[in-house]
Amino acid sequence: MSFISYFIDGIRLGSVYSIIALGYTMVYGIAKMLNFAHGDVIMVGGFVIFTVMSTWGLSPVFAVLLAIILCTVLGVSIERIAYRPLRKAPSLAVLITAIGVSYLLQNLALIIFGANTKSFTSVISVPSLKLAGGKLSISGETLVTIISCIVLMIALTLFVKRSKTGRAMIAVSEDKDAAVLMGVNVNKTIAITFAIGSALAAIASVLQFSSIPSISSTSGAMPGIKAFVAAVFGGIGSIPGAMIGGILLGIIEILGRRYISMELSDAIVFLILIIVLLVKPTGILGKKHHEKV
Amino acid sequence: MLEVKDLQVYYGVIQAIKGISFNVNEGEIIALIGANGAGKTTILHTITGLISPKQGEILYEGTDLRKAPAHKIVSMGLAHVPEGRRVFSQLTVYENLLMGSYTRSDKNEISDTLQHVFKRFPRLEERRGQMAGTLSGGEQQMLAMGRALMSKPKIILMDEPSMGLSPILVEEVFDIIKSINKSGTTVLLVEQNAKKALSIAHRAYVLETGKIVLEGDAKELMNDESVKKAYLGE
Repeated sequence: MSFISYFIDGIRLGSVYSIIALGYTMVYGIAKMLNFAHGDVIMVGGFVIFTVMSTWGLSPVFAVLLAIILCTVLGVSIERIAYRPLRKAPSLAVLITAIGVSYLLQNLALIIFGANTKSFTSVISVPSLKLAGGKLSISGETLVTIISCIVLMIALTLFVKRSKTGRAMIAVSEDKDAAVLMGVNVNKTIAITFAIGSALAAIASVLQFSSIPSISSTSGAMPGIKAFVAAVFGGIGSIPGAMIGGILLGIIEILGRRYISMELSDAIVFLILIIVLLVKPTGILGKKHHEKV
Repeated sequence: MLEVKDLQVYYGVIQAIKGISFNVNEGEIIALIGANGAGKTTILHTITGLISPKQGEILYEGTDLRKAPAHKIVSMGLAHVPEGRRVFSQLTVYENLLMGSYTRSDKNEISDTLQHVFKRFPRLEERRGQMAGTLSGGEQQMLAMGRALMSKPKIILMDEPSMGLSPILVEEVFDIIKSINKSGTTVLLVEQNAKKALSIAHRAYVLETGKIVLEGDAKELMNDESVKKAYLGE
């Protein structure tokens, strides 16, 4: 039974990675940039929830809603202020800027909230599910995380495939100029992508900090980087790739931690990135680029 | 309808378009012909706002297109079929056509236009659910033209529509351009296939390294000795 419960815990962690990885992969697909500040948006979401619940003593629903709104505004603002002026700049300049934004957010959090790790009260109050006569127990956090992940994936897939804005996103990701010729406002489409990615990051922060109830200014960095690995693992730019990559990575990390080594679990995650890049540089569902003339 | 005055375009320090002026009247097919690198594609890209000119005016029905953002131009009635088709390979044929009507909102009118496009290109209707990336070159060209028609343009800019197509398909494509024009849409056609372009155009401009070297009635240009020698291979 312990293997199954580790496995389920892996799916829980993987669900969080998937939701974060979606933000990376969508932004990469459409703006062709790696937004390394994405992980820190999760940290900001965490501090918003912490402030609303622990400092102000308000309800978790309000905390979650405020986190989603503020993270969305933050993501769109970062894009508008830091990335949009660099639209035609070399990709290295954009990358360095993203790293700069990441450190800026971390240090702002450090100034505002201090260096001490804050402990969290879980936002999610769902009773745990007992299976197999009480031998297998799945926590409420795990249930909510996995169900949220499934619902978000379905909603996002439908949005991208069925809506006009979703089609415009695919068009921009494939050929910006051709999309402009159709009348698509590329800047607006990129801003919408950042808004969606950041809202997802806020939801990920709710799920992440409910399971790991402590937060500091660097709390977003590690899950952010691992979600990036998940996105690359699944094939960066691919939405189903981010989902599969995230889930697999979560399972590998938890099982690695239990059965191989507690200390090496992070190393195993990054080792996998290296192996994937060596064997299949485009990731599991990565697209090969070839055009018909 | 469309008037280009003293257009100058630079790529860095290199001047690609060296002061070009031409005009397109309503109902015409105008051909811009010339060899590779003459600047034909650059002109079309400048008109639809993908490139900014250094100097010159682009007047479309009296308004200066230079002041309009690129994504607003299609809703003004100006559609562009880019070189190399540039269909969205990850979208289906039907979704590509919907992208063509992106700036329109009336669902009934859009579905009317879609029926017109399907009537003109029956092949597209047969393949409406197929990914555009899996179409043949000829079908992709039809899709690119159909997609442009979905915006109900008053003028359509076509960049090398015959490129890479078999002779039979080239014939078909030019017939379609003619019939699009007959149904009331003005056409600005850029082509390397000068013979075919001149055969359907009303007037034409001959470009050489960023300048217009000849202009006039298409039939007359076809009989012009220098044009025959340089572009028609006679």
